Formats: sequence, C-alpha cells, structure tokens
Amino acid sequence: MGSHGIKDRVAIIGMGCTRFGEHWDKGVDDLIIAAAAEAFKAAGVTKQDVDAYWFGTAQSGMSGIALARPLGLVGKPVTRVENYCATGSEALRQAVYAVASGAYDMAMAVGAEKVKDAGYQGLNAFPIPGDGTARTVTAAAMFSMVAPAYANKYGVPPGDMKTALARVASKNHHNGARNPRAQFRKEYSVEKLCAMPAVAGGLSVFDCAGVADGAAAAIVVRAEDAHRYTDKPLLVKALALVAGNGGGLGDPGYDYTTFPEVVAAAADAYAQAGITAPRAELAMAEVHDCFTPTEIVLAEDLGLAARGTAWKEVLAGTFDLDGELPVNPDGGLKAFGHPVGASGLRMMFEAWLQLRGEAPPERRISTYGERSLALTHTLGGYPGEMVSFVSILGAV
Amino acid sequence: MRGITGWGTHLPYARLDRSAIRAVAGTGGGTGTRTVASYDEDTTTMGAEAARAALRGRPASHSRLAPHGRGALHERGALHERADRPGSLWFATTEPAYSDRTNATVLHAVLRLDRAVPAYDAVGSVRSAMAALRAAWQGPGSSLVVTSDIRTGLPGGPDEAAGGDAAAALLVGDGAQVLAEIVAWESVTEEFVDRWRAPGAPSSRLWEERFGETRYCELGAEALKLALGAAGIAAGAVDHLVVAGLHDRAAGAVQRASGVPEIRITDRLASTVGNPGAAQPGLLLAVALESARPGQIIVLLSLADGADAVVLRTTPALASYRPWRPVAAQTAAGGPIAYGRYLHWRGMLPVEPPRRPEPARVSSPAAHRNADWKYGLVPVADALGTIVTFTVDRLAYSPSPPVVFAIVDFDGGGRLPVELTDVDAGEVAIGGRVEMTFRRLATSDGIHNYFWKARPLRDKARDTPRDTPGEE
Repeated sequence: MGSHGIKDRVAIIGMGCTRFGEHWDKGVDDLIIAAAAEAFKAAGVTKQDVDAYWFGTAQSGMSGIALARPLGLVGKPVTRVENYCATGSEALRQAVYAVASGAYDMAMAVGAEKVKDAGYQGLNAFPIPGDGTARTVTAAAMFSMVAPAYANKYGVPPGDMKTALARVASKNHHNGARNPRAQFRKEYSVEKLCAMPAVAGGLSVFDCAGVADGAAAAIVVRAEDAHRYTDKPLLVKALALVAGNGGGLGDPGYDYTTFPEVVAAAADAYAQAGITAPRAELAMAEVHDCFTPTEIVLAEDLGLAARGTAWKEVLAGTFDLDGELPVNPDGGLKAFGHPVGASGLRMMFEAWLQLRGEAPPERRISTYGERSLALTHTLGGYPGEMVSFVSILGAV
Repeated sequence: MRGITGWGTHLPYARLDRSAIRAVAGTGGGTGTRTVASYDEDTTTMGAEAARAALRGRPASHSRLAPHGRGALHERGALHERADRPGSLWFATTEPAYSDRTNATVLHAVLRLDRAVPAYDAVGSVRSAMAALRAAWQGPGSSLVVTSDIRTGLPGGPDEAAGGDAAAALLVGDGAQVLAEIVAWESVTEEFVDRWRAPGAPSSRLWEERFGETRYCELGAEALKLALGAAGIAAGAVDHLVVAGLHDRAAGAVQRASGVPEIRITDRLASTVGNPGAAQPGLLLAVALESARPGQIIVLLSLADGADAVVLRTTPALASYRPWRPVAAQTAAGGPIAYGRYLHWRGMLPVEPPRRPEPARVSSPAAHRNADWKYGLVPVADALGTIVTFTVDRLAYSPSPPVVFAIVDFDGGGRLPVELTDVDAGEVAIGGRVEMTFRRLATSDGIHNYFWKARPLRDKARDTPRDTPGEE
C-alpha cells in the first residue's frame, strides 16, 4: 500500500495549445486538430507513432470516437475521460501511467472544450437524472462564501480583502495581456476591479474565470527515450489526484477557508517529487484560479504561503511575474480562459514554455535559470466537495 | 364526543398593499393588505405547512423541547409525538397543483404518515373544504383535514384585491383530546350560477352581485336556523359566529340577520389576509378557537353553493391547548411585496429570466426512492438552525432571482447548504436563526419539484437555546 509515484520515468516531448477564447468560427474538432498538430510537430512524430490516446472533455464529446474521428485515427486505443475541471489533467495522468506501466511506448493526452456553443453564461453541468434536491446555485456563489469566511477567520479588514481579490485578478490580467494565446489581453487596475458590481456574494464578473473554447495536447514517452525526440524534455516528477467524498458540505467543522482535497493532493505530489520547501524549490505554479478567493486559499493549501498570510503575499507581489514565486504566469483561468477539458494541459503547456526558456521575455518568470520545477494544479467541484489534481514537472 | 382535536394555519409571508394596484392597473385596489403565496409556494406546500403546524400544536403541559443534547435530537421526531396521529388525510383546494394525480399524497409524504393512512383530495370548488371536513367528522377515528387556496383575479379586478392566500388544517377525532365538539351540522344545497371559472382560468366571472346575495342570505339563514335548532341553542347564546364565503356582501348580510350580536362575530381578516376561498372556513374557525374559552358555542357558517352550518361547543381541554403558530402571530409577521413582483409570481407579468438553463425535470423513481429526504427532510425538518455563512447568487436560475443561499447548522448537529426563502437579501446575517419550510423549487416538464428551504425564524417566541453538538 502506498503512493509511490513515477518520478523521472516519463517525459513530455511535445505539446500544443490553441488560443483560448470565443472561437465562433471553430468547432471542437477544429480545436482538437490544431492542438494535436502543434504537439505532433513539437515532438516530431505523427499520429501513427502514438500508440494510445486519452481524450479529456467534460461535455463536448462522448467516448474515444470524439478524438479518433477528427484526428482520423485508425486502429488506436482511445479513451475519453472526465473528472470535472481536472479533466485535462486526468487525461495526461492516464497517458503517463500507461507509458510508465510499459504497456505503450508513446501516448498522447488531448483536452478540449467547446463551451461557447452552449448559449448560456458560465459553465453548465450536463443534467443527471436526480431527485431534485441537489443544490442549484452557481460555482461562483459557492466559492464566494470563501472570501468572507477567510477574512473573518484571519481578521482581514473587508477593504483589504477586496483589494487582495482584485490584486489576484489584476496580476493574472497583467500576465494574460502578455500572452497571445490568452482569452483576455487587457490589463485592469485594482481600483477599476474593485468598482465592478457584485453578481455572486461579493464577487464580480471580474473575479471569475474566463469562459472559453480551446484545446491543448501533450505527447509522452519513457524518460530514457525522450532525447530521441527533443533536447529539452519535461520530466514528470509527480502526479497526485484526490476525489473528495462531499463530506465537507455536511460537516459543521468545515469553515470554507481551506480545501482539504487540495492539501492532500499537494502532500502526495510533494512526497512523490521529494519536495520539502515548495515555495523555495518551485520555479512557478499554475493554480486553478476559478475565482479570485480560490487562488488565495490555494496558495496556502499548496504550501506556497503560511496560513492566514496569502492575502498579504498577494498584496506584496510575491506571486507576480517578477515576484519571489510567479503564480499563473500565463494569465491563469482568469485571463487565459477556462475550457474545462483543456485547462489542466494548458497549465502544463505554460510550464513547457517557461522551463524550456521559450516564454517570451515580457512574460518570462523571475526564477528562470535558477529553479527548474513547476507545479500545476486543477480542481473541480465546490468547497466541501471537489476533486483536486497536482502535478510537478521538471526541466532536465 | 367527536370534534376538533387540533388545528394549524399557514399564512404566506408576503403582503400586497391593495393601494398599489390602482396605480398600475388603473382600476381596482382598495385599502389594507392581502396575503400572497410566494413564487415557491402552491396550495400543496401551504397545506403541508398548515398540517405540520396542526400536528405540532399540543396541550401546554407537553414539554415542547427537551433542554439539551439527546433530548434535542429526540425532538426532531416531535412531529410524530401526538398520540392521535391521523388515521386519514383530506386535502381540499380550488387550485390543485396537479390534476389526475392526488395532491394529498405529497402531504402524506411530508408528514411521513403510515402507508395504511389513506390520503384523498377534494378539489375544484370552495365547497370541497366543507365536504372534506364533513367526511372527516362522519368517518371513524382521527382525521386530518387540510384546506389551502391561492386566490387570483385579473389585475384591477375584485377577486385580486379581495382574495388572499392561506392554508388551514383541522384535526378531527374523539375523546378527551376534543377541544371543540361538533354538536350539529346542517346543510342546504341549491343550484344557481353566481360565480364560475373554467379550470385553469386566471379569474372567476360573476353574475350581477345582487342575485347571489339574495340566494345566500336565504340559504345562510335557513342552514343557521336548522343547525341551531338541532343543537337546541338560541342565536343569542352563540359566542362566536364565523361566516365564510366568497360573496362578501352576502356574508355581511347573513351576519347582520343572524341575531348574533356584532361583537361576537369573528372578523373575516379582510384588511390583513383577504378571502382565502377554500381555506377560509378553517382559517376563521382557527381564529375563533384561538380566542374562545372552554364551554363556548362557535358556529361556522359556510356560504358556497348552498350553506353548511356547524355548531361546536368548546371543551375544558381547550384551555391548555397551544397552537403552533397562532393566526395573530402570523398576520403580524408579514413583509411587503411590490405589485409588479406579485404579478410576476402569479404568472401575469413575465419577467426576463437569467440566461441559464432551466432545471431538468425531477426523476420520478429517484424522488420515490428518496421520499424520506425529499419530502420528509428526515431528520431535520423540525429542527431550528443558524446561518453559518451565506451568499447572494445573481447568476443562478430561479423563478424569482436572486437566489439567497446559506450554510445552515442545525441545533443538535448536522449541516445543510440550502436556499433561503421569505427573505430580503439585505436582511440576511451570519448567526441568523432559521426554520425549515416545505416549498416548490421549480416546475419542469409539468413536474413540480418539491423540497425544503430555510426561512428566517420571525416568531422569536418559538426560538430555543442553541444546542452545542457533542454537548450530550
């Protein structure tokens, strides 16, 4: 019994990622083809070279056929996976373990979501027949309860809390403005963000992730084979996943200032990777900033800031592009946009660019050249009931 | 001895100021207020609330709440503590939520009655209420009669202003528990058309008012005379005369001609509640019972397609009976609703909905499997709770946005993230006390989705000290 990890046994040799945004002129197949083509090109391989495929989409397609059809795959094993907003991360996790097991030499993970064809604001879950007693409030409303709970627990004055939340959004928009693949490329001042009208609790639309279409892809091989394809592979150091059991929703002890599933996934990932001081060891982190208060709590749950201090670190600029530990250097869900099935792979794509020195100078992380580990984190669900994924990737 | 052994009433929280009507509709309106069923209430949910109240009213000698710990947990079963659990259930309304299928079965599930307890509807006409009460009175054993109505009319019309929404539940049984014995019941019936409505129509239509007034004055006097004669009581000996009926002028005229002094005539709540149709006889009888002393004579006279006159004599047991939520406490606890929102709630003013998908229809097998939770909210239906934190969701789908949503911790343990109702978003506060209420969340594909919400506990007299989980 135990989570042993597969540190340094599998490497990413090629990645691709579309621009995220409102692709009115592209269907999910177009997005899949674009991301996959970029990954094939980066790795210098063809679709026939890949032995097995995993396709992550929350609700833009069913079964492996949804990937096999647009890519024209013949005789290949293709599996569609879904794990809420950790769907893209889950696709990579399956592909990596398949290679690590020795079952395949080369595997590919593709994540895609075509959200903007739904015709509604925000994300909308596929309805599963039920007894009608499930909660129907939005994710924004559920996460909005985090901010006052956090401020109350740590004695953060309401004005400072609002500023800290706006500072998260401002930082991510700053980074997104420097990223040609991001959905939103405009900077917003803290003052302007603080003046936005509330739509859920104290959150404005600008506290919420962008809702976007997009796709991303990764090709993985055994680490010892990686140099046949690239001089700069990205090694998988750790993959951790925790699915909560929903107990937090009914637990009077749960206080909405932490996500236990994230804490557990981070502990597992750090153990697999041999990381003991994440803030000092990581070069960057891509975290699931679905809403601005989420990013503040995540900084603490992932061990990047001490309990009750993340809001101060945010205000101090610790997680800025030029700060001590850049968080969401690509703009995050906030500015890059959030096509559910693609987001986890999009985060890894940023690690791929940054750790290999391919991010443009105006978006290069402050730690480049000094540190070589990146963390990516996705969560799906709500406070009290979520899945959480953490990966650690490292440059050679 | 057979008669009333308990009662419970439900008045919706919202109050429409009649003076707001004319400014919009250009006609109609009036003075005072009427009660307005919330967008998440229908006659079934209001009936369920009245029925819950009826089963929770009890002699004062019964300890309403054990003080702490296990006692509080045990209290969660309080709804079922009455010795005279009903052996049958009747539900009467003019505005049933469903046709073809029985609505009383929803109440049966909410009250968690034994499957051997039959549940029947008597729906369609105002007079159905008296029919159900008479069936209960004539049948053996203990019976729960639930009457409920939502009264609508076209904007500016007389029914819109005069109507009210309410529910009343009466327990009928035998023996020492009887609070008011039914000593006589006389009925007269006559066919004439003074008011009519096609099923599902938004309003009734009326013949010239004098025609109905003439008929009801004669019928009411006749029934009253027969009933008093059967009971051997003179009109002057009546302590409380309750006259119900949609024809307000006729009801007033019958009262004046009754021989009962004006001071002994029960107020029809026209200035606060309005006329709740099928629920009016039960509601006004509750008002009379809540002001009556032991050994008094109450006459309930209902004018509907004839007349029913019921003579009741209160018993010594009435002195110690404590209704769960007295009518007076509920009439005092309402909050205002704008006329536009009232029209929206009644489907007469469609308002732009949030751009979110409407909820999927409820799965009938899933609802059936989980009936104890969905309808009974076992084990916290009767528990009070405290708001731990809350949010206002202006994005989520709701028939009446915004959604106010809270994390509620129950006294005695347990937590539920749940929607709030009967509440202004601005008045919610952490630490606020709430009680659970049975509501209709939405309707999809014609299937009503019934479940529970929390609402502010406005009757502070019913609050109890919070129990600390683990204190036992």
